[in-house]
Amino acid sequence: MISLKIALRFLKSSKAQTFLIVLGISVGVSVQVFIGSLIQGLQKDLVDSTIGNSSQVTVVNVDDNAYIEDYMTLSMQIEDSNEDIENLTYSLNTPGTLIYNSTTEPVLLRGMELNTVDGIYDLSGKVTSGRMPSADYEIIIGTSLFDKFNLSIGDNVLLQVPLIGETSLTIVGTYDFNVSTINDLWIISNITTAQTILNSGDVVSNIEMQVKDVFMANEIAVDLQEVVANSNYNITDWETSNAELLSALTAQSSSSYLIQVFVTISVILGITSVLAITVIQKSRQIGILKAMGIKDSQASLIFLSEGFILGIFGAIGGVLLGLGLAFTFSTFALDANGEPVIALFIDPTFILISALVAVFSASTASIIPARKSSKLSVMEVIKNG
Amino acid sequence: MDKVIELTNVNKIYGTVVQTQVLFDLNLSFEKESFNSIIGQSGSGKSTLLNIIGTLDKATSGEVIINGVNTKSLSKNNLAKLRNKTLGFIFQFHYLLPEFTALENVLMPYRINNEKVTKEVLARADELLDLVGLSSVKNNLAVNMSGGQQQRTAIARALMNQPEIILADEPTGNLDSDTTEQVYELLREINKKYKTTFIIITHDRRIAEKADRIIEIKDGKVYVDVSKTV
Ligand SMILES: Nc1ncnc2c1ncn2[C@@H]1O[C@H](COP(=O)(O)OP(=O)(O)OP(=O)(O)O)[C@@H](O)[C@H]1O
Ligand SMILES: [Mg+2]
Repeated sequence: MISLKIALRFLKSSKAQTFLIVLGISVGVSVQVFIGSLIQGLQKDLVDSTIGNSSQVTVVNVDDNAYIEDYMTLSMQIEDSNEDIENLTYSLNTPGTLIYNSTTEPVLLRGMELNTVDGIYDLSGKVTSGRMPSADYEIIIGTSLFDKFNLSIGDNVLLQVPLIGETSLTIVGTYDFNVSTINDLWIISNITTAQTILNSGDVVSNIEMQVKDVFMANEIAVDLQEVVANSNYNITDWETSNAELLSALTAQSSSSYLIQVFVTISVILGITSVLAITVIQKSRQIGILKAMGIKDSQASLIFLSEGFILGIFGAIGGVLLGLGLAFTFSTFALDANGEPVIALFIDPTFILISALVAVFSASTASIIPARKSSKLSVMEVIKNG
Repeated sequence: MDKVIELTNVNKIYGTVVQTQVLFDLNLSFEKESFNSIIGQSGSGKSTLLNIIGTLDKATSGEVIINGVNTKSLSKNNLAKLRNKTLGFIFQFHYLLPEFTALENVLMPYRINNEKVTKEVLARADELLDLVGLSSVKNNLAVNMSGGQQQRTAIARALMNQPEIILADEPTGNLDSDTTEQVYELLREINKKYKTTFIIITHDRRIAEKADRIIEIKDGKVYVDVSKTV
């Protein structure tokens, strides 16, 4: 313990130097904390905007022209099978052509379960004019399509479904998903409208759901295959169908790791060089202590302790600085709507790891100076006065 | 009387490429509780000899036996322990730890091998500081004391672990003659009070003559070795 006390005293007696090293480590750690939170925030944002409002695990019939008949019981079984499954809903879909005056456009009629559709799609929140469909034969359509047809709320349009014929539908509202492929394609009714048009009876095309941890989707999908236990039904998940997004996320994560590795290396190099200088500055003291009978191991422990202490303070300073930076960023860097440009994601585990890495690096960095101190001979010091 | 230190055929050669022999086949022994002085011209090998006795340096050949134990057979850690418990050093340039106070410097040899500073130990450190006349400045940082005060602190520190042997290399080298006189009085007093064996290098013949025994080193050999008959 005498080593620790000597280390503390050495650090205390050269306050400016100590402060600078601590600051150096703090800056390194804060960069890690900030960049890490930023990248994690970005990823969450990206994942959210890409799959936040879509089905993450979907049950469909293997045969494109067939439906799911026992969807009620199946839904209950699925919901009971896994606690991580949420926002389950189902819909019956059919492609068709929308006709108004002389304009025609290909569309997809989505007959949705309006009681549960908001869980995934937040459809009510996306209605931009008019209202949600409430009765049969009422639909809402995307704003772009609405403009293309030059429609007004209350207008009747025709939906032509191949092999079935034409059905008149009433526009009761418009929606905006902020995704043109959806806005241009989907027309949304309640489920019975779709069932009546298709004359299909009480069936659905798919059961859609989300999962608590989006990166578990694939695993859950695999498990569900057993729950469903029907080879006519296929279970897809976003991870399998969005391999590109997934690999982009992975690439982003690894670039963040790379930044952190380099920050860590520079912190280690910085501490090593400063502590190496400290050993030279304190070689006289080390020599005196050795003449007094301090063991080589105790002598090296002095500098290991210094590294450890510097690491601790650097880590604390760095976390505070990093969080401060994150806070400032999310308070002052706002977009036109007054929302933070990027919502940072503060992950306590990640911050703890960054802090531990700093303490570990600082301790590691002090190994070379510690060995130097261990090897220092009394004679060298005495001779040089 | 018992021999506390014995040197047999000690040689010291410095350098590997250009070799200079500094000590030649030295045979010396020191008795318990004796007060010895070593004199000699500059460069004669006095410091080299003292550092070898103190295990700070290694003889090229020959034996150094302290309290019956051949220092050659001791591990680095055991040598450190020997220096901590049995030997006390006083150097010309006092070598205090500037980051610590006088009292902390005095306590340092004790704290190297003990966790807790007990009341008794603290009392002993105070007593030693009192002995060297530094009670009033004991909480000053070492750097904030005069040269003489620092030297006296170094003496108190050398005594802290009640070592059997004190090795001093020109302990008054940079002190004025009055202070030098005081310091020697002090060392003599300690020698009587604690039965500590002293080996002191000095340039000052006047001082040397106050010792029980004077050893003059010349060109790495014992040139004169006289003991006062009591
Ligand atoms: N590390 C070393 N390498 C080579 N030669 C050395 C070394 N240390 C000491 N010497 C030489 O050994 C000789 C004896 O040196 P030492 O320091 O023992 O002398 P000294 O008697 O203490 O002198 P002084 O009275 O000036 O202190 C000198 O010639 C010195 O140059
Ligand atoms: Mg000398």
